[in-house]
Amino acid sequence: MVKILSINPDKCTGCRVCELACSMKQTGEFNPLKSRIHAILLEKEAFYLPITCLQCDDPFCARICPTGAITRDEVTGVVKVEEKKCVGCKMCLLACPFGTISYSDGKFIKCDLCGGDPECARFCIPEALKFVEAEKAVYPKEKLISEKLMEIYKGVKL
Amino acid sequence: MMYGWIGQTLRIDLKSGKIKKNTLNPELARDFIGGRGLASKLLYDEIDPTIDPLSPKNKLIFVTGPLTGTYAPSSGRYMVVTKAPLTGTIGSSNSGGYFGPELKYAGYDLIIFEGKSKKPVYLWIDDAEVELRSAEHLWGKNTYETEDLIKGETDEDARVACIGQAGEKLIKFACVMNDKHRGAGRSGVGAVMGSKNLKAIAVKGTGSVKVADKDCFRKATLDCYEKIKANPVTGKGLPRWGTPMLVNVINAHGIFPTKNFLFGVFEGVDKISGETLADKILIRNRGCFGCPIGCGRVTEVTDPKFKGKGEGPEYESIWSLGADCGVDDLGAISKANYICNEMGMDTISVGGTIACTMELSEKGYLPTEDIGLGRKLCFGDAEAIVELTKKAGNRDGFGNILAEGSFRLAEKYGYPELSMGVKKQEFPAYDPRGVQGMALEYATSNRGACHVRGYMISPEIVGLPLPVDRFETEGKADLLKTFQDLTAVVDSSGICLFTTFAIGIAEIRALLKSATGIDYTAESLMIAGDRIWNLERFFNLKAGFTSKDDTLPQRLLKEPMPEGPSKGHVAMLGEMLPEYYKVRGWDENGIPSEAKLKELGLEK
Repeated sequence: MVKILSINPDKCTGCRVCELACSMKQTGEFNPLKSRIHAILLEKEAFYLPITCLQCDDPFCARICPTGAITRDEVTGVVKVEEKKCVGCKMCLLACPFGTISYSDGKFIKCDLCGGDPECARFCIPEALKFVEAEKAVYPKEKLISEKLMEIYKGVKL
Repeated sequence: MMYGWIGQTLRIDLKSGKIKKNTLNPELARDFIGGRGLASKLLYDEIDPTIDPLSPKNKLIFVTGPLTGTYAPSSGRYMVVTKAPLTGTIGSSNSGGYFGPELKYAGYDLIIFEGKSKKPVYLWIDDAEVELRSAEHLWGKNTYETEDLIKGETDEDARVACIGQAGEKLIKFACVMNDKHRGAGRSGVGAVMGSKNLKAIAVKGTGSVKVADKDCFRKATLDCYEKIKANPVTGKGLPRWGTPMLVNVINAHGIFPTKNFLFGVFEGVDKISGETLADKILIRNRGCFGCPIGCGRVTEVTDPKFKGKGEGPEYESIWSLGADCGVDDLGAISKANYICNEMGMDTISVGGTIACTMELSEKGYLPTEDIGLGRKLCFGDAEAIVELTKKAGNRDGFGNILAEGSFRLAEKYGYPELSMGVKKQEFPAYDPRGVQGMALEYATSNRGACHVRGYMISPEIVGLPLPVDRFETEGKADLLKTFQDLTAVVDSSGICLFTTFAIGIAEIRALLKSATGIDYTAESLMIAGDRIWNLERFFNLKAGFTSKDDTLPQRLLKEPMPEGPSKGHVAMLGEMLPEYYKVRGWDENGIPSEAKLKELGLEK
């Protein structure tokens, strides 16, 4: 079963530990700018959203890549950049609708789910980020809704 | 090449405008760790402790720790260290948010400000580019406006630490605010910034923080995270309710100081509890940089009378502006709290000073016309806390007297004993009559009355790491010394004190050792804590403090708690203080012995 990185903005506290965990794992240093995930903090609205590559099923970045350097692994679902084939044209940056692919130090920076055990989710104590089986990703939301409905239902019965 | 630390410092001479970059002395970093410890050492070496804190001779140090900016738990901290205007002691105030890590990413462990600028300025750090810019257009602006304006003219992603009107007007308890809602709150460090005509520091960094042993550091961090998650306070209480979870806990023990410490139980507690806050004004939870706990609260008050939005109030603010003033209106408390953040004032001292004013007024010691509210000031006056907070921040009318803090205010009217504090700094939210270890902590804290130098509430009330009898005096001196020394290590490393509900010196040692590559042991770190404590003590002794200042107001020493679960108790400081001096290796006058100083490597 394919696992996905489930993102819950309601649980994000804006601590940016995901950025630290990512940059350490990917570059060996703590540097939020080098992280493949960024917690976007909309302070006025008090809305915090960790955002990274969503590993699209039919990725725009792969479609636009003239050298075929970007491919999707059918087994794991991870969208990967093959460094050897990449010519650095940066068309993928243009194509990604979410802006989650970037270019730094002559390299593309993009989430690869850490090869199947994403460090960001491992370090996210509030559980805004969880690495879960795709089919089960909706469970928490369904559960939350059931609980709300239960309360309303109880009220109706009275 | 240094690990953990960046290895570079900034020195800004505000008089000449000269900016110098220096290398961090690795031996000092090793022995004093960073943060509070390292900056205290620099201050001790560089200034005469007898100077006027608001004179250009004072220095102001912004400092991070070796763990700041890493994923060590709650490591988004920085400290402001200076001679404090409220107390005259050494002052160091700690804050979270994002500013500290950004300073390290820009390439600096600390900034030392010297002298005084002729005109208002702010410091803009853009990685290696460092410049002083005019802040004349920012003078008079509050902290929110200042941050927005500076971001507009520098970089929208810059992090800003600044003062509001309170710091500019040298209010004795002005704080430094960063990232709008976080404050280096106590002892008046913001007034020192104002006295130097320094409005703000803005920083943007693109560099990295490196650690010596990545695998060990990762393991040590995950170990801490697991313990923090499993701990009832850091894993449940703080994330769920924030610090206001303490309101009910502390009140239930009869140590929730009410009406300027006349009582220990507040009848309006339900209206201002953490649970009520969550129910009425909470928008969402919030964490500082690198924090797996996330105790911050984003809140909004919609009541038109007290309309406002921001973060907090924290437990201490709910208490100081609430119960201590006999006020049970969460809207008014929140509003006063927002004003404190905007103007840049320590909520604890603001509330404590208003509470003292209320008692003076109720007892007829303070003429109603002096206050200028057109009415006698009584406990429970919700509107008054908002009005007086504003007056204090602006030094408007009676605010000019409030701005000097409760001690100077009470002294002016002839009743200094009604100021509830130590070394002229107002108490935080725990009546020491019902927790003896806190009595000793308040009396001996190196920055005056303070709960975060040795948080004895943890063992005495919460039962962490081990429960002890709160009314007992025996053994408290020893335990407090351990807490104070450990806290000095925590404050110096760059992590938040709240982590220590769940982790201790073993875990902190694992973090520091793998981050810096220095072969710290638990023992060598505790000695470093002891060293820092003694250095601060030495600074204060040189500044003119004596063992006579290690005391508490007569009310707490002589008047038994009138009611509630701590009824009949007084603070038995006399039973503990001589023992404490002994445990510290000090003589009967509280002066460190030559042998002690030699042991700590502090002899000159």
